[in-house]
Amino acid sequence: MKPKHQRLALLGLGALGLAGAAALVLTAFEDNLVFFQTPTELATKSVAPNQRLRIGGLVQEGSLVKQGSDVRFVVTDLSHSIPVTYRGLLPDLFREGQGVVAEGRFQDGTFAASEVLAKHDENYMPPEVVEALKKSGEWQRTTGK
Amino acid sequence: MIAEFGHFALTLALAVAVVQSTLPLIGAARGDAGLMALAPAGAMAQFGLVALAFGALMHAYIVSDFSLAAVAQNSHTAKPMLYKIAGTWGNHEGSMLLWALILALYGAAVAAFGGNLRDTLKARVIAVQGAIGFGILAFILFTSNPFARLESAPFDGQSLNPLLQDPGLAFHPPLLYLGYVGLSTTFSFAVAALIEGKVDAAWARWVRPWTLAAWGFLTAGITLGSWWAYYELGWGGWWFWDPVENASFMPWLAATALLHSAIVAEKRDALKAWTVFLAIVAFALSLLGTFLVRSGVLTSVHAFASDPTRGVYILLFLVVTVGAAFVLFAWRGPTLAGTGRFDPVSREGALLINNFGLTVAAASILLGTLYPLFLDVLGAGKVSVGAPYFQRVFIPMMVPMLLIMAVAPMLSWRSANAGRAVASLKWAGVIAFAVGFGVWLSIDRASALASFGMALAAWVFAATVYELATRSRTWRGLLRQPRVSWGMTLAHAGIAIAVAGMTASSAWKVEDIRVMKPGETTEISGYQITFTNVVDLRGPNYTAMRGTFEVRSGGAAVTTLQPEKRIYDVGRMPTTEAAIRPTVLGDLYAVIGDPDGQGGYVVRLYFNPLVAWMWTGALIMVLGAGLSLSDRRARATRPLDASAQAAA
Amino acid sequence: MRRLLYLLPIALLAALGIAFTVGLGRDPQKLPSVLLGKPAPSFALPSIDGSAGGFASTELKGKVSLINVWASWCPPCRVEHPILMDIAKSGIPIYGINYKDKPEDATRFLANLGNPYVGIGADRDGKVAIDFGVYGYPETFITDRDGIIRYKHVGPINKLDWERTLAPIVQELMRK
Repeated sequence: MKPKHQRLALLGLGALGLAGAAALVLTAFEDNLVFFQTPTELATKSVAPNQRLRIGGLVQEGSLVKQGSDVRFVVTDLSHSIPVTYRGLLPDLFREGQGVVAEGRFQDGTFAASEVLAKHDENYMPPEVVEALKKSGEWQRTTGK
Repeated sequence: MIAEFGHFALTLALAVAVVQSTLPLIGAARGDAGLMALAPAGAMAQFGLVALAFGALMHAYIVSDFSLAAVAQNSHTAKPMLYKIAGTWGNHEGSMLLWALILALYGAAVAAFGGNLRDTLKARVIAVQGAIGFGILAFILFTSNPFARLESAPFDGQSLNPLLQDPGLAFHPPLLYLGYVGLSTTFSFAVAALIEGKVDAAWARWVRPWTLAAWGFLTAGITLGSWWAYYELGWGGWWFWDPVENASFMPWLAATALLHSAIVAEKRDALKAWTVFLAIVAFALSLLGTFLVRSGVLTSVHAFASDPTRGVYILLFLVVTVGAAFVLFAWRGPTLAGTGRFDPVSREGALLINNFGLTVAAASILLGTLYPLFLDVLGAGKVSVGAPYFQRVFIPMMVPMLLIMAVAPMLSWRSANAGRAVASLKWAGVIAFAVGFGVWLSIDRASALASFGMALAAWVFAATVYELATRSRTWRGLLRQPRVSWGMTLAHAGIAIAVAGMTASSAWKVEDIRVMKPGETTEISGYQITFTNVVDLRGPNYTAMRGTFEVRSGGAAVTTLQPEKRIYDVGRMPTTEAAIRPTVLGDLYAVIGDPDGQGGYVVRLYFNPLVAWMWTGALIMVLGAGLSLSDRRARATRPLDASAQAAA
Repeated sequence: MRRLLYLLPIALLAALGIAFTVGLGRDPQKLPSVLLGKPAPSFALPSIDGSAGGFASTELKGKVSLINVWASWCPPCRVEHPILMDIAKSGIPIYGINYKDKPEDATRFLANLGNPYVGIGADRDGKVAIDFGVYGYPETFITDRDGIIRYKHVGPINKLDWERTLAPIVQELMRK
C-alpha cells in the first residue's frame, strides 16, 4: 500500500473505532444514568414505576424496622418522607437520624432499594443529602454526625 | 522544636525549588555547564530537605506531639504504633507532604541514575521536576502546613478513621503515590523534550524505565486498594467504579498506553508527538485524581472531609502545570513528525490499536466520572453514573484489545502477515475454545458472556506462553531470555490471569444473606457452615462482637471463620471485619451483622470464585515491571541487542 | 488544520477547568447567613426550668458576646462543650439558646459537663432559632456591642476554629 492509502486506512479505522466507542458510551448513558431525587421532589412529581432512582435524605428517627434480613425505614428531608424497603446488611454507618442515599425503584408505593449507601467517614455527609435538606429548607449540618 | 526544624526544612526546600526550576533552564538554553550542574545538586538538596521535614512530622506522630494541629486531629495515644506512623500520611497535610517527598525522590533519582542523559535534557527534566515541586511545596506551606501548632495542646488526639486502621490501607497511599507521582518524571521528560524540540530514540528509551516504575507502583497501589475494599468494606466486591477508584485507574490506563507507544517511538521513530502527549496526559490524570480526592467535588464512598480552598489551589496547580505543557505541545508538537512508516497490519499497527483502545477507555471513564459534575454545573439535575455504565462501556472495549494483545507480539515491525501470526497461534485458539466451551458446559450458571471472558483469558495466556516458547526455542534459551522480555511476558500473562479472576468472581459469585441463630447450619457452594456462637471481646482500642462459623465440606472440617463487628473507642465508629478463607478456586467470605433481637444475627456469606487470581495476576504484572527494570538493558543508552529488540 | 488538532488539548483543559471551578463554588457546606451585619432578632426566652428571665436580646447590648445554639441530644454539641468551657473561663460572655430540648436533659447535660453560659434561653418550639436562620446544631454567633451579628459559625467549634477564626474576631470587636 502507498503511504497515503495507509494513512487513510488508519484514519478510517480510527474513525470507525471512535464511532463505535461513542455509540457504546451513549447507549450506556441512556440506560444507566440514575437521577437523584429528594423526597420533596418525588412528592410533587410523578415517577415511572420502573425507573431507577437515587433518593437521599435522613433516616427518620424511630422508623427502622428489621425483620430478619429485611429492613424497612423512612427517608425524609424533613418536609416529605418516603418508605424504603431493603434486603441485606445495612452499611456500618447507617443510623437513624443520619444521612443516607438509597438506590432502587418504586414498587407498590414504597421504594425498593437495591443499594444503601452511607459513608466511610462519620463526619461526612453525602452532598446529595445536603442538597435534599437544603431544598426542603431543613438543612442541619450536624445531623451528618 | 523538631517540628519547627521540619517546617524550616520545608521552607528551605521551597527556596531550593525556585533555584532548581529556573537556573538550570537558563543554563541549558545558554549551554552553561555550571548552571546546568545546579540541577542534580538542587534535586539532591530538595530530596534531603523534604525527607528531613517528613522525618520530623513522622517523629511528631510517633511521640504523639498533640501540640501540632495535624497530629491532634488525626492521631491518638491509644493507636497501635504502626497506625501512628501510617497516620503521618493518613490525612490531608501529611499525604501532601508524602506527595512532595516522593516527587523529590524521583527528582533525586533522575539526578542519580541519569548519568547517561544528555546534559541539557537532564538539566531541563530536573528543572521541570523542580517547578512541580515548587507548586506542591507552596501549596503545603500556605494552605496545609502540617507543622501548624495549637496554642495549647489537647490531652489526647482525635484519632484516625478506624476504617483506615488497617495494614492494607496504611501502605496503599505510599504505593499509589509512588505511581501517581512517578508519572511526574515522564511529564518532566515530555516537557523537557518539548522545550528542546527534539524527541528521538534515546529520549524514548530514557522515558520507558520511568514509566515502567510508575506503572508498576500504580498497579500495586490500585491492587492493594481494591484488596482493601474487598476485605474491609464487607460487601464481597472488589471494584465499585467509584470516582476515587476511577481517579487511580485512568492514569494507569494512560501509563499503560504510554509504555507501549514509547516502544514505537524508540524503535520506529513514529508516534512521537502522541507519546509526548500521553506523557503529559498521564500526569494530568494523576493530578486530576489528587484533585478529585482532595476537593470533594464528586460524591464518593472514599471522599474524606474536604476543603474547597484547597480544591481551588490544586485545581489552579493542575491547570497551570498541564496548561503550560499543552501550550508547549501546541507550539512544538507539529514539528515532532516521525519518519517511521508502517502498514496498518504490523507490530506498530497493533500497538497503535492498543493505544487507541486504552485512550478511548480512559476517556469514557473520565466522561462517566465527571458527567454528574457537568450536569450539575449546567443545572440539569443530579445524576449518578453507576457501575453498570462503566461495565457496559469498558468491558466491550477491552475485548478487541485482549484479542489483539495475544497476536501483537507475534507480528513483525513495519509490515506483518496477520494470517500467518494467527495461524501460528492455532493451539492457543484451540485451548481458548476448549476452556470457553468447557466452562459453558460444566458450570450451569455460566452465561455465554462469562464463558467468553474465560476463553479470552485462556487465549491471551496460551498465546503469551507460546510466544515465549517460540522466542526461546529450547529450555536453555528460556533461561537466556533477557529480563526485559520476561517483563513483557509476565505482564501479559498477569493480565490474562487477572482477567480470568475478574470474570469468574463477577459472573459466578454466590451470595447468601440470612438470619442465623447460633447452632444453625446452612450451605453455600458445597460448604456446610455452622454458626457456633457469638462472643464479645476487647481489642487494643476497640470492642468487638465475634461470630464463629465452623466450615465443613463433605463431613470433613475445613476451617473456622470468625468475622467481627468492631466498635472503636474513639468516635464510637463501627466497622465490619470480614472473615475470608482464600483458596485457589475461590474465597469463602463471611460477614456478621446486627442481632435481630430474637437471638438471631444477620449473616452474609459469599463464595467468590477465583478472586485470588486477580491479586496473583496483578502481582505477576508488578513482578514483570520489576524484572524488566532490573535489566541493565532497560536503562542502557546503547542500542539493544537483537534478542531484546525482537522481544520488546 | 493539523495545528488545530494540537490546540485541542488546551481547549479541553480549559473546559474542564471552568466546570471544576463552578463545581467547587457550589460547596454545600458554605452557607451565608442573611443576618450578618444586622441586629440579632429580638426575643425574650424563659430559662430551662421555665421561669422567666432566661435570655433576652436586650442583654446583648454593651458587650461583645457569643450566642451558642445547642441541645443535649446533639452529639457535636458535646464535642464542642469543653471548648466553650475554656472560652467562658477567659471571660467572654456566652449566651446559650437551648433548642427543642427536654428541661431535665438540658439540666443534666450542664450538671455533667459544666455550664459555660452566662444566660440560657430555652427555645422549646425552635422559633427563635428559626429567626436566627439556624441551619444546624450547634451554631455560634458573635454579636458586637450594639447587638449586631458579626459572625456565624456552623457546626461545632474546635480548637483551631476558635484560635484562628473566632477569637481574633472577638478581640477585634472588643477593641472597637
